[in-house]
Amino acid sequence: MNGAATTLISATATATAPEAAGPGFLSPAGVEIAFVLVGLVTLGAALVTVTTRQLVHAALWLVVALGGLAVEYLLLTAEFIAWVQVLIYVGSVVVLLLFGLMLTKAPIGRSPDADSGNRPAALAVAAVSAVCLVWVVVDAFRTTWIDLDGPAQGSTEVSGQFLFRNWVLPFEALSVLLLAALVGAIVLSRKNSGDKEQR
Amino acid sequence: MHLAYPAVLAALLFCVGLYGVLARRNAILVLMSVELMLNAVNLNLVAFDVWLRDTLHTGQSLTLFVIAIAAAEIGIGLAIVLMVYRNRGTSDIDRLRDTAEGPEDMTGPEDPEGPAETGAPAKKAEATA
Repeated sequence: MNGAATTLISATATATAPEAAGPGFLSPAGVEIAFVLVGLVTLGAALVTVTTRQLVHAALWLVVALGGLAVEYLLLTAEFIAWVQVLIYVGSVVVLLLFGLMLTKAPIGRSPDADSGNRPAALAVAAVSAVCLVWVVVDAFRTTWIDLDGPAQGSTEVSGQFLFRNWVLPFEALSVLLLAALVGAIVLSRKNSGDKEQR
Repeated sequence: MHLAYPAVLAALLFCVGLYGVLARRNAILVLMSVELMLNAVNLNLVAFDVWLRDTLHTGQSLTLFVIAIAAAEIGIGLAIVLMVYRNRGTSDIDRLRDTAEGPEDMTGPEDPEGPAETGAPAKKAEATA
């Protein structure tokens, strides 16, 4: 099943490649080659993340996938978002996931029941949606190019300016949401210990 | 750069995350797949922001907000998963069928949800472990 999925995805990738290499793109630029290579690494790491039977390895392959996405942001000249991605996702989210795996006593070795019973249905849904999305996206943006020259679109200076000049109010609302999430997580994880102390 | 490259990569990553959400059994693996889907959306936002050369930088600011909300979501989600694990002794999504309708009962002889949160967790953790 996994082999079928990978061959399907690689088949769609190779089917889109000639269309992407349209007029004037028989010699892709260096940044495109780097983007495609890093994208293949990212996609492969994501596939291993969702198919491996070792839970800790899934978290570690998720690091590879998220780091690859950070490199893609750098190639798209959004450097501030790339470093935020490295800091928050690779730095804290994966660490939180590893803590969760440890606290729920996840098995270290291979766990045979990592996949549930509705795996064929999930594979069918994912394959159908992948084919539909890739077809629509390639058909829509076949003749569209990103102009990466000129000033960087997401340098730290530009990010600070647009964030604190145009988006201050959502930024502050987001801080309130983060505070609420923090308090909620503390309340959720304290509840049982309080009950035990009362008894 | 051709716009189809980041768009196709984002679509494929989203579908990989979709497969993970539907096919995984452990709740933490489902959360990892949700992170993959959110990252695919982020890649789309950044690519379209750079393509449109938006003067308000809507895509990038929304990407930052999505990253922050994903961090909050993973914190709350892990707290919920840990509480379910403490109450039930398992974090498998397939076994959380207390609100399911229908004749089949996969979990077998399991007491209803009400008293499970006071006295049963230790017993139940031993029973399933």
